[in-house]
Amino acid sequence: MIFGFHLLSVAIWLPMIFGVLVLATGHDRNAPLARKIALVGAVLSFLVTLPLYTGFDKMTSAMQFVEMKDWIVRFNIHYHLGVDGISVLFILLNSFFTPLVVLAGWKVIEKRVAQYLAAFLIMSGLVNGVFASLDAILFYVFWEAMLIPMFIIIGVWGGANRVYAAVKFFLYTLLGSLLMLVALLYLYTHSGGSFEILDYHEMAIPFTAQILVFLAFFMAFSVKVPMFPVHTWLPDAHVEAPTGGSVVLAAIMLKVGAYGFLRFSMPIAPDASHSLSGFMITLSLIAVVYIGLVALTQADMKKLIAYSSISHMGFVTLGFFIFNAYGMEGALMQMISHGFVAGALFLCIGVMYDRVHSRQIVDYGGVANKMPVFAAFFMLFAMANSGLPGTSGFVGEFMVIMGAVKANFWYAFLAASTLVFGAAYTLWMYKRVIFGAVTNDHVAHLHDITLREKFIFAILAITVLVMGLYPLPVSEILHVSVNDLLVHLARSKI
Amino acid sequence: MSNMQNLYLLVPLAPLVGAIAAGLFGKVLGRTWTHRITISLVAVSFLASLAIFQDVLAGHQYNGTVYKWMTSGDTSFEVGFLIDRLSVMMMLVVTFVSLMVHIYTIGYMQEDPGYQRFFSYISLFTFSMLMLVMANNFMQLFFGWEAVGLVSYLLIGFWYTRPTAIYANLKAFLVNRVGDFGFLLGIGLVLMVFGTLDYASVFANVHRYVNDMAPIPGVSWNLITAICILLFIGAMGKSAQFPLHVWLPDSMEGPTPISALIHAATMVTAGIFMVARMSPLFELSETALSFVMVIGAITALFMGFLGIIQNDIKRVVAYSTLSQLGYMTVALGASAYSVAVFHLMTHAFFKALLFLAAGSVIIAMHHDQDIRNMGGLRKYMPITWITSLIGSLALIGTPGLSGFYSKENIIEAVRLSHLPGSGFAYFAVVAGVFVTAFYSFRMYFLVFHGEERFGKEVHHPSTSSGQAHAPAAHAPVAHVVAHTDAHHPSTGSGQAIAHDDGHSPDAVHEEHHGLAPGQKPHETPWVVWLPLVLLAIPSVCIGFITIEPMLFGDYFKDAIYISHAHHALAEMREEFHGAFAMIFDDLTELPFWLALAGVASSWFFYMKRPDIPAAIKQRFEGVYTLLDNKYYFDRFNDWFFAGGARGASRFLWKFGDVNLIDGVMVNGTARLVGRLSGVLRNMQSGYIYHYAFSMIIGVFVLLTIRTWFE
Repeated sequence: MIFGFHLLSVAIWLPMIFGVLVLATGHDRNAPLARKIALVGAVLSFLVTLPLYTGFDKMTSAMQFVEMKDWIVRFNIHYHLGVDGISVLFILLNSFFTPLVVLAGWKVIEKRVAQYLAAFLIMSGLVNGVFASLDAILFYVFWEAMLIPMFIIIGVWGGANRVYAAVKFFLYTLLGSLLMLVALLYLYTHSGGSFEILDYHEMAIPFTAQILVFLAFFMAFSVKVPMFPVHTWLPDAHVEAPTGGSVVLAAIMLKVGAYGFLRFSMPIAPDASHSLSGFMITLSLIAVVYIGLVALTQADMKKLIAYSSISHMGFVTLGFFIFNAYGMEGALMQMISHGFVAGALFLCIGVMYDRVHSRQIVDYGGVANKMPVFAAFFMLFAMANSGLPGTSGFVGEFMVIMGAVKANFWYAFLAASTLVFGAAYTLWMYKRVIFGAVTNDHVAHLHDITLREKFIFAILAITVLVMGLYPLPVSEILHVSVNDLLVHLARSKI
Repeated sequence: MSNMQNLYLLVPLAPLVGAIAAGLFGKVLGRTWTHRITISLVAVSFLASLAIFQDVLAGHQYNGTVYKWMTSGDTSFEVGFLIDRLSVMMMLVVTFVSLMVHIYTIGYMQEDPGYQRFFSYISLFTFSMLMLVMANNFMQLFFGWEAVGLVSYLLIGFWYTRPTAIYANLKAFLVNRVGDFGFLLGIGLVLMVFGTLDYASVFANVHRYVNDMAPIPGVSWNLITAICILLFIGAMGKSAQFPLHVWLPDSMEGPTPISALIHAATMVTAGIFMVARMSPLFELSETALSFVMVIGAITALFMGFLGIIQNDIKRVVAYSTLSQLGYMTVALGASAYSVAVFHLMTHAFFKALLFLAAGSVIIAMHHDQDIRNMGGLRKYMPITWITSLIGSLALIGTPGLSGFYSKENIIEAVRLSHLPGSGFAYFAVVAGVFVTAFYSFRMYFLVFHGEERFGKEVHHPSTSSGQAHAPAAHAPVAHVVAHTDAHHPSTGSGQAIAHDDGHSPDAVHEEHHGLAPGQKPHETPWVVWLPLVLLAIPSVCIGFITIEPMLFGDYFKDAIYISHAHHALAEMREEFHGAFAMIFDDLTELPFWLALAGVASSWFFYMKRPDIPAAIKQRFEGVYTLLDNKYYFDRFNDWFFAGGARGASRFLWKFGDVNLIDGVMVNGTARLVGRLSGVLRNMQSGYIYHYAFSMIIGVFVLLTIRTWFE
């Protein structure tokens, strides 16, 4: 191994260093240089995470690639990194997306290019930090820091209503996070002065305290996922964010919230998790059904996919809180797949937006006539979003529904409604945008996707298909960790 | 054995390779190489299936894993093949009909700009269908199930500029998804109860759960009944059974070759195949069988009625398909699985034949599909005429032809069934014989006999099937025969995913369709008629040859399980004295005379006295309107389900998200904070006397409080 045992540190800091380098290019007349540096940095940052996969020991749920250093000795805070089968996948997902996002904005972003690219690189490192942290304060720092680049991306490169969206995004998520800090401070005192997340997992906590801790974390994580009813920031943020921002938001940011449930809420407060599972499942099912319906009549494509994301994330939280292996593994597969699929769909919308400068469905129609290759890619991703077997979108939905039948048939009954609603809103949009005769001059003057765009879509298409046809290489990474987590959750900690 | 396993793999993978080649490299390959490659790969698949058939007949079977898909908990999900007599029969049917359709496509799609795309789709379909029938577990079954649905969606919407086509394909996909909703829940129950999705392990243990209740809170259903009905809901979607039949007639918007392949011969029979495959489950639930039988009977009879009033040649055949699928379903309900599968096979041949013949007529008529504009075509296209006659005779159950053996045995099996609902089902299938004969020969006479009505100035509008939604738009496919049509743009560009330029719906010219005055139709080229002939052969003789082993021999002995309580088939076996004897026995039976009456009355009504149908139509206008509107199912679905969902969506969004959550909660909070801070801000006015005044008041208040409490 080239980087010894500091693989995780490299994964966190390498993109950030490149981010700073990109920033240093400064003015927009150096934009070509900035783009090149950013691409090299993003690709390198992805490559250095590959040993995390190849060197990963699938047989254990213990933390791997651990790094431990003192940070703030006075409060017993450590620079403690490590990954298990759950978190490692998200580091890979995140690092995978960074080069794509850089490429996606290659020709499109022409103002403050260096800052734009730097924001993404820095955010990528911060997100890796969130997934790799084993120290609660370190986690909290990364968690909050991650907001800043996204806030800037929406606020600076966003659409007309970007300030409202950026502030809504920031306040919504910040408000939740503050309660998490309170919970962490409680855990710190209760544990006798430790910020080690893994210590919290083993620590007995009285039932009432567990409930409070759970609810505090719930505030932080449910906003990020986002769960009903704290989801309304997401459609606004997506609509205003530039394409790259939407991609990262959908593919990565939403996963952080769900990951929080697995790393904090559930193992720290298992009894509370069990007793509040009805509540969580209800919210999840509302997300699947209600949001699935709401998505149907959205006139703005980005809003539609944003609602679709919320609905798909409902599957994730449903899978967590039915407490069985099908559900939990399905939920994790759903998270990863949703990253690819929603990311790809936002890129598709971005491709059209770059050309027509509208996200409204009514402004399109008959795009297939002018952009047949694009239409084929879009079809694949739309089908993946509808959960078609053979695409990655199927794996998670299928497994979660299987798990839900086990928990309660009627959960599955409601969840499976996505087979109809998911297909309805996705394909109805597709029909109105892509099929039909050419409706207006904008569409008539469209040109098909460029080589750069083809490349991005091809990579995503291959990933979506491979993961749908052969999910084992992904699922076996998380298999043992999930099983051990379920065993852990079955033990009372009162 | 490993040689055989490679052969198994070859069967689905060959068409997949063809699909990928045509789809990704169609532009490079060009038209000729695209069809050469895809056709030879499907031929390879057919030949491999034949070899496997030989092997299976020799007594070999295979049930094994190809690769592990995923593991979760203790369950392993795998992709694997089950090669037994049932699946190998399906493989033969699928690859043979697919091969015919591939060849036919060369002619039918000759000038279509989406040529390569079309070949890619039909090869992909063949792959998906083969994965479905070769599956050895429910997960892979579901994969194939949805994959064929996808290709069907793509092909119905093949001419994606036509509003009717993209309406029909979305409708087909969503209605199928409603069925899949039940199907997936059924699979979920199987996985939950049995802990595995592998057919063999499920079937081996099913007897242990016969009396269990379904683990569905709040209801007390028998477990097996619940599983079977849920699975059957999937079959209702895919095999277009009432009330999920609504998508199939509209699917005729797709090019005719796929109507033959997907919407007649193979995909729509997936539901029938599935239930036959699940016979060890269905046999344990008489409730489920009863349900299956009644649904099938409703479909068989009432969809047949609709066939009578259709004027679009493809829609007549489509309603006929619905009705025949109903027959197969009835047979399943009567525990006569082998009969259902037998009818599936014979139907695949003669119905594919009828569709392809209809396509041949459509080509000759320059894409006029209205049978009122045809007539007397037998003179001009003898091969199409003869093969259509064979197909129609086989369909109505003419003694000796393939449809006869299968349909006759379905009727017999229903007669011997004692399940609740079998009385109605028997009535439906017997009455259906008359209806089938009537509409089939109505079409046959109107197309091939009588006065030549084509080439006239006055045309009937080409589609008159009560389509409420959109104007009839027509196939902008190539005119294979008559290149004289000056309006037709020549489109020779070979693009992998191309677009039919000049065929946007507003450019659908009425003059494109139908023969010009004085023009005569011609027989179609050999690539079109050869498949007709090749399909006509099994339509005639396959029933005669295979009835004995398939129905009464032990061909299906291991693949299909029949409980001893259901002895219809066993009784029939005793009464069976050979295929020849059956012909003569039938001459004294009711169905034969009903079929004869159907043919005779259609001749009388449409050849001898064409004024009578019009009179009847006027006399019974209410009935006619009901049939013309297809029992108002589409209207109701559009209004209730589609409209209802959109209404609910708008309401929930406006009320829930926009007003309640964002309006009251989020922005309300923001406003509240804003207002409070406004109050505070007002206090910081910057004027000294304001501050001084507040200080004085404050001091005064504090002093008051202090004195008060002392």
